[in-house]
Amino acid sequence: MPRPLALLLLVLLSAPIAAKEAAPAAADPVLEKRVMTLAEELRCLVCQNQTLAESNAPLAEDLRNQVREKMRQGRSDKEVVDFLVERYGDFVLYRPPLKTTTVLLWFGPPMLLAVGFAVLLRRVRRRRQADDTGTTDADRRRAAELLAGGEPR
Amino acid sequence: MTRFAIPVAIFVALLVLLGIGLKLDPREVPSPLIGKAAPHFELPELHQAAKTFSERDMLGKVWVLNVWASWCVSCREEHPVLLDLAAKGEVPIYGLNYKDRREDGLAWLKGMGDPYKLSIFDFDGRVGIDYGVYGVPETYVIDKSGVIRYKRIGPLTPEIVKEKVLPLVRELGRA
Amino acid sequence: MIPEIGQLALALALCLALAQGLLGFVGAARGEPTWMAATRPAARGQFAFVAIAFACLTASFVSNDFTVGYVASNSNSALPLQYRIAGVWGGHEGSMLLWVLMLSVWTFGVTLFSRHLPQEMVARVLGVMGLVSVGFLLFILFTSNPFLRLFPAPPDGRDLNPLLQDPGMVMHPPMLYMGYVGFSIAFAFAVAALLSGRLDAAWARWSRPWTTAAWCFLTVGIALGSGWAYYELGWGGWWFWDPVENASFMPWLTGTALIHSLAVTEKRGAFRSWTVLLAILAFALSLLGTFLVRSGVLTSVHAFATDPTRGIFILALLALVIGGSLLLYVWRAPKVGLGGGFEPVSRESLLLLNNVIFASAAGSVLLGTLYPLALDASGLGKISVGPPYFETVFVPLTAPALFLMGVGPLARWKKASLPDLAWRLRWALAASVVAALALPFAMGRWGALVALGLLLAVWVAASGFVQLYEKVRNAAGGASAWTRLSSVPRATYGMLLAHFGVAVFVVGVTLVKGYETEKDVRMEPGDTVEVGGYTFRFDGVRDVTGPNYVAGRAQIPVTRNGRLVTTLYPEKRFYRVQNTTMTEAAIDTGLTRDLYVSLGDSVSDTAWVVRVYHKPFVDWIWGGCLLMALGGALAASDRRYRLAARRPREEYAVAAAR
Repeated sequence: MPRPLALLLLVLLSAPIAAKEAAPAAADPVLEKRVMTLAEELRCLVCQNQTLAESNAPLAEDLRNQVREKMRQGRSDKEVVDFLVERYGDFVLYRPPLKTTTVLLWFGPPMLLAVGFAVLLRRVRRRRQADDTGTTDADRRRAAELLAGGEPR
Repeated sequence: MTRFAIPVAIFVALLVLLGIGLKLDPREVPSPLIGKAAPHFELPELHQAAKTFSERDMLGKVWVLNVWASWCVSCREEHPVLLDLAAKGEVPIYGLNYKDRREDGLAWLKGMGDPYKLSIFDFDGRVGIDYGVYGVPETYVIDKSGVIRYKRIGPLTPEIVKEKVLPLVRELGRA
Repeated sequence: MIPEIGQLALALALCLALAQGLLGFVGAARGEPTWMAATRPAARGQFAFVAIAFACLTASFVSNDFTVGYVASNSNSALPLQYRIAGVWGGHEGSMLLWVLMLSVWTFGVTLFSRHLPQEMVARVLGVMGLVSVGFLLFILFTSNPFLRLFPAPPDGRDLNPLLQDPGMVMHPPMLYMGYVGFSIAFAFAVAALLSGRLDAAWARWSRPWTTAAWCFLTVGIALGSGWAYYELGWGGWWFWDPVENASFMPWLTGTALIHSLAVTEKRGAFRSWTVLLAILAFALSLLGTFLVRSGVLTSVHAFATDPTRGIFILALLALVIGGSLLLYVWRAPKVGLGGGFEPVSRESLLLLNNVIFASAAGSVLLGTLYPLALDASGLGKISVGPPYFETVFVPLTAPALFLMGVGPLARWKKASLPDLAWRLRWALAASVVAALALPFAMGRWGALVALGLLLAVWVAASGFVQLYEKVRNAAGGASAWTRLSSVPRATYGMLLAHFGVAVFVVGVTLVKGYETEKDVRMEPGDTVEVGGYTFRFDGVRDVTGPNYVAGRAQIPVTRNGRLVTTLYPEKRFYRVQNTTMTEAAIDTGLTRDLYVSLGDSVSDTAWVVRVYHKPFVDWIWGGCLLMALGGALAASDRRYRLAARRPREEYAVAAAR
């Protein structure tokens, strides 16, 4: 092909593509947010120290897909959680459910604080009049010397 | 004055707990399905894609379901144990080929030997999820009424077969 | 040859540590001056040999000696020099050696800066530290020897975990261990005090700078770990309540209670048995942390290769050291006495309340971390306890402490008046309420939790200013402002700075959690995305090669109102030796916000998934921690400790027997 035409074609073909606003990675961002918010409270069973939202394990991806599908079908968060707990047990929940076995877990911290506070109150009241600083006579003599104009310390 | 002894008491309890903890495996996720009915599935067979297999086909029999894959390294360890178990003929073993490619699964069985009466093909892992599979290999013992009685997470060893699987199978067989 | 020298050095260090321990304890018990005097050189000798051993291991790493098994597992010839050195503490065995090195460094420090202490006390303190060293040196020599040879030697090493090939990770373990191990000094002082029966204000003054210094290091260590997780792991998170993170946080919480408790014991002679107990508990939690990481009892990202034998050994060590000291506590603490009395409303009682809060907080973290284990051990099932639990429990528990931080320093010792305090703090209260109501709008929208966080943070900061103002106003009257400011003791500035650091930290956490935004988008070259008022344009990905990896590096210019702010280069790296892929996020750090971009997967020949975050005020989190540590450093270097160091020892002999 003649040179000028080739050159023209080259210039036209290398013109910058019009920049556009990037599309969200997920097909449905609102649903995705709901999926990820729930997935952040779930534990990945393979890399057990990551949430289901973060993990790159194949099973984690499969489970996220399941969660997404179920949510798309209209299931509530609770139903999705029940689905997973039925198959994997309470282990999959990062927020431990409140059951008889976890009562101590959930009520322990406020109880600790309450007990600590109660002990504190009792001790402070008992100690109200105590003045057991343990000053000895030698200390009193030394104090007297200092007050009478001894060297500043 | 006994309040000074409280820290020691708590500490001793802690030591006992940690000592017991050394013998446990924190990574193991016990199955909530034990004692429950085996989840329903209907999947194509690995060798004959046109035929399907369901857990209902096994009602009335005691059977073992083993989850395996050609990409699974530990499955190689376990395979001789499965071949032995199959050779004994006491209980039929069925395989669940988990998230694999059909050709790879078939080739693997051809090379390593096939202890399974048949294997079902779970391409997308959905049935695996229903069974609470999180790491391959895993093995289930299912009784005559279709209830899961035992789950082994990790490769089977000759000791586990001898001490857990076979006695259970025999007991269930008598029921 | 060098590894063998290292191993020999460790064995010699063990002998010297044993000598240090026995001489210290028995010498003090029998009152033998020569034995007690001998603990110092023994301690210094131990330090020298541990340092030699550490140097030998470092030399093996630097020279790529793959005949040493530990080097082969944690290094590679392509690894850059600084990471070959960091590799020394990249695995279990080497990190234990680092632990022992830190312990011997602190021990050496005690031998240098304890001239003014009574000989009996120094001997006991060094004795305790010596015995702890013995325990750990035995642990290393018998179960975790880094110098073991590997035959046949592999041609090259397995490389350091790519996650650890990073400046933050290089500094994090040494700082953290300096903190963990530093609490052994407070522990040693506590045990020495219990043994001698001498637990008074002087003891608290000796113990305090060491404890504060250890606390500073631990603060920096934890902050480094958190900051590293933020920029390295690609998700923008900075705290996961992972068991090992909790294992470092518990000593920090207890240590914070301890430094406050020591303040009371030093000033008023009160809280003695409580302070001693906290010192024992802080070190106990450090040891517990060591146990949890290396025993395999809990799963954690931080867990080293686990081995039940090692677990049993550390558990036995824990039982002996802590069990022994707690038994000593039962025996001797009742004789310790009460110390000065105080009213229900007084600085003492407020600090005691602070202690209760921090101790409960540490207890709650311990409960949450060990609960799954407790249930599993009792056969009651397996659960997980993660961030949702800790966040729900921890924040309400510690919020009152933030309130107390404003009131405590202003309250008088022995007897304070609530109405008086309220009056003096009226402006601080007003400022916090105004901030809580108005500031959230400046950020975009009002939220109750954000308002609460800002209320508490501004309260702490404003009341800090009130405290400074009052101190300056009450100082040497008439003098110039500068003289008055410099008459305020350094320790007070330390406290003010540290508390201010807490306020900065709370602001960071509140604002980033309340207002961070992110977008997860698919980008073709030329595409743009807008987050937080900034426009990010994706210019494509090109291949680059690093020393031990290959990567795809994206170019992302960032503009705001048309002007170029910065260009970010997030990468997706593939480390050849370990065959792992890692995301290297690109961050533009700013005082008021971070722009954080992380590369996802490539979805076509030209398109990639890109994650873009706008994180307001996130650096205030680590800035606050740094200020806390600086405050602690100021407090630890207060004049009175350095003056006391110059005073002759004999004076204390007067009050010796009690």
